[in-house]
Amino acid sequence: MINLTIDGIKTTVPEGSTILEAAAGIGIDIPTLCYHPDQTVTANCRICVCEVEGNHLLQPACSQPVSEGMNVKTRSPRVIEARRTILELILSHHPQDCLTCIRNKNCELQDLAEEYLIRDLPFEAKTRGLEKDTSTPSLFRDNDKCILCRRCIEACNVIQTVGALGIEKRGHESMVVPTLGGTLADSPCVMCGQCVHACPVGAIGEVENIDKLLAAIADPDKIVVTQIAPAVRLALGEEIGMETGALDMEVFVAGLRQVGFDYVLHTNFTADLTIMEEGSELLQRLAEGGTLPMFTSCSPGWVVFCETFFPDLLDHLSSCKSPQQMFGALVKTYWAEKMEIDPSRIVSVSIMPCIAKKFEAQRPEMNASGYRDVDIVLTTREVGKLLRMTGLDFGQLAPAKFDSWMGSYTGAGVIFGATGGVMEAALRTVYEIVTKRELENLNFEFARGFDGIKHAEIDLDGTVVKVAIAHSLAHARTLMEQVRAGECPYHFIEVMACPGGCIGGGGQPYTKANAKRIERIKAIYLEDEKMALRKSHDNPEVKILYEEFLHEPLGHKSHELLHTHYKAKPKKAL
Amino acid sequence: MAVEMRIALRNYGKIDPNQIEDYISRGGYEALKKALTMDRAELIDQVKKSNLRGRGGASFNCGQKWSFAYNVEADQKYVICNADEGEPGTYKDRLIMKNDPHTLIEGMAIAAYAVGATEGIIYLRGEYPQLTGLLRQAVDQAETKELLGNFKLSVHVGAGAYVCGEETALIESLEGKRGEPRFKPPYPPVSGFWGKPTIVNNVETLAVIPEIVLKGADWFSSIGDPEFPGTKILTLSGDVKNRDFFEVPTNVTLREVVFELGGGMRGDKKLKAIQVGGTSGTFIPESQLDTTIGCTKMSVIGATLGSGAVFVLDESRDLVDVNLQITKFFEHESCGKCTPCREGTMRMRELVEKVNSGQGEASDLDLITKLARVMSTASLCGLGQTATAPVTSTLRHFSAEYAAKLKE
Repeated sequence: MINLTIDGIKTTVPEGSTILEAAAGIGIDIPTLCYHPDQTVTANCRICVCEVEGNHLLQPACSQPVSEGMNVKTRSPRVIEARRTILELILSHHPQDCLTCIRNKNCELQDLAEEYLIRDLPFEAKTRGLEKDTSTPSLFRDNDKCILCRRCIEACNVIQTVGALGIEKRGHESMVVPTLGGTLADSPCVMCGQCVHACPVGAIGEVENIDKLLAAIADPDKIVVTQIAPAVRLALGEEIGMETGALDMEVFVAGLRQVGFDYVLHTNFTADLTIMEEGSELLQRLAEGGTLPMFTSCSPGWVVFCETFFPDLLDHLSSCKSPQQMFGALVKTYWAEKMEIDPSRIVSVSIMPCIAKKFEAQRPEMNASGYRDVDIVLTTREVGKLLRMTGLDFGQLAPAKFDSWMGSYTGAGVIFGATGGVMEAALRTVYEIVTKRELENLNFEFARGFDGIKHAEIDLDGTVVKVAIAHSLAHARTLMEQVRAGECPYHFIEVMACPGGCIGGGGQPYTKANAKRIERIKAIYLEDEKMALRKSHDNPEVKILYEEFLHEPLGHKSHELLHTHYKAKPKKAL
Repeated sequence: MAVEMRIALRNYGKIDPNQIEDYISRGGYEALKKALTMDRAELIDQVKKSNLRGRGGASFNCGQKWSFAYNVEADQKYVICNADEGEPGTYKDRLIMKNDPHTLIEGMAIAAYAVGATEGIIYLRGEYPQLTGLLRQAVDQAETKELLGNFKLSVHVGAGAYVCGEETALIESLEGKRGEPRFKPPYPPVSGFWGKPTIVNNVETLAVIPEIVLKGADWFSSIGDPEFPGTKILTLSGDVKNRDFFEVPTNVTLREVVFELGGGMRGDKKLKAIQVGGTSGTFIPESQLDTTIGCTKMSVIGATLGSGAVFVLDESRDLVDVNLQITKFFEHESCGKCTPCREGTMRMRELVEKVNSGQGEASDLDLITKLARVMSTASLCGLGQTATAPVTSTLRHFSAEYAAKLKE
């Protein structure tokens, strides 16, 4: 253990601790910008510098290890001057448009500017004059706002192993750019949006579709129907001042009606449907010697990742569309028939924890209904903004029910939002279909938790199925490389592109630390426990859908509406 | 009267650098043979006792650096020669490599044996392509003669970035990454190239190692300034008569350097200032020229010896304008990794440009001073930490020149 003094307070911390960690332990908050709790330390922004007795250089708290007898000052006049000057340097080379910025009131730089009372900029205010990259339907980059902390680069290159971002040029001309300096669309970007969470400012964000939604609501000829993805509810509360998981689903439904949605349905419904189709596909592949392992295909960033980096292994992806796209194909066919609504009047909106879903909805093949299956994709963050715009007090709002035919769901659909959830939901159903026995314990503990790769062997009355679960693309890549090398022992693998699964999706409330993702995962399993129905094949509306419309999993209509194919994606930069 | 004493340049003009036999005939590789018979700890102790301090600019005790790497257990260690001589006005390393490549190789082989490294790399400045062949030939010759044992030595050519002279940026560059410094600690002797213990020594430092091994620590430590013993190669440029190089004991004064070795001022003008140590060196006024060049003596007057470049300016020179050129250099060479240097070098150029063009106000000088204070203490590496020394030192000693240019 190491004894040191910080701002006159004596403390003892383990050897190898940094000043930042030691200070946090005694309640001293040192500002950071490039520091990220789940990334390697780079010490490049220098905002965390402190004075260490005996050293004329200021030391960055994030990287400087403590030593015996060290005497640290975290807010001496020299330190304050350095931090304020660093902020002045950043701000005077940064656009002055906070009021209209996507990160207004949710920006680490803005917070620090206020904390350190930056009022006048002593240096001439200017920007680098870089063009905004709007080449993808999911993400934009506003490079003028970049403060070069490089957190996005680690998110993209290390956590996701996509390698779409790098640094070009040097000095004050240096900038984060897509690989080889082209646009994001030309880069290997899979649009997972983890860079958005990593970015402390508004240099990367989702392409917002709120204006499109408001126009549809304002159009009297349109019927606006929405679906809500499993991971949205528990995180949405964070956007409107509630604890994670505290927003009641039916209060959320009531809020959406206040916003002006005509019908509120649920993606959990098609999550249950996905289990019916994907579970059946797995059993078919096992029985008929199909391509194994089969990978799940509900995470659109993961699908693009396969199409980009593993075009030779696309047969391993389940042919099932994602729950969003299954929903889109059904809402303008089955549901429109049920409701006797002209599908051309339906504006199909999805509320997603995901940024890649915006891209997925625009894939040319996603028009099985004869129309664009999903017209508008909103992220959890965008819906948070809409709800705030209503001015409602959600504590006082009377709950409201989902609309019929595609609004019911089970706990199996709910857990789709967490890493391992699709696997667990699939096993609940596959087990009962194969063994024709009821599961005693619905909880598959191996599938839960934050480990990068989880695996198990499941005995289905003599047939042993080997399964694995990966979240974040670095871990997915590990498994894919095993498959490519012919060394992958598994039959069925769930992959979610984002750390923690959809609860950590690129469209969720800004999430700096994995600790928040773990909190959301807890909330999702609590919701599952509370559900009366927890197995997808028990969903009453899914049963009706099969009886009246689809007839059987993997049947003719299913193939037409619910299944798809994949195409190798040529990327200029690869 | 100041006289030259050649240790690093002992073979200059006396051998054909293409012939290893020439080097051997003047006692070359005897030091390596002797070192290999010595206990490694004892060898390091000798280097420590000689008080040889790094000639690259930071003046760290060489033997101490070696002992850090020696004390770390590792399956692989490296010795790297920093030959990325990018400091403007400096060409001492080029002189050594061009005229006596084997003294460098011998010095590296001794260092490798001392710390337990089996692999060495010479990181050669990209602008020295003419030396690549000569160095590789010398390595081949030493290997053919089986002088290097299991020590594998290679030459890596840099790509022209000034910051790669900073040892951790150099290591990043060697690993194939952007040439950007790492934060320290850990220091390279503990975790360097590929995360392994790595000694990075300057060419001039390594070139004197064979002589220290042969003649002993006491011999070396008795030369020049006891706090910074030995000799130093100085390269003179600017308004001095002899724009030449000199290897001198470290107790020579700056005045002797300029007026005796350098032969005084060109055109018999008066001296205004000298800048010592390269572009990041401080400007020293005539009144402080009686300082000797050893790093501790220099630090008393707020200066450094640095690379040993001596840039002489006469009374006709406009120091604000000279500083504008210097700020442009650092604006261009900042790697962009840390905020104070990336943004600060650009702002410093802007502010000096404003003053130089007659648009500056007194508050701009205050801002320059504040910015320099922050850059010099909060930047990640030596580049940002020292980039402001020319401006601050001229503001200290020649403030009237800045004041004269301010707007009414």
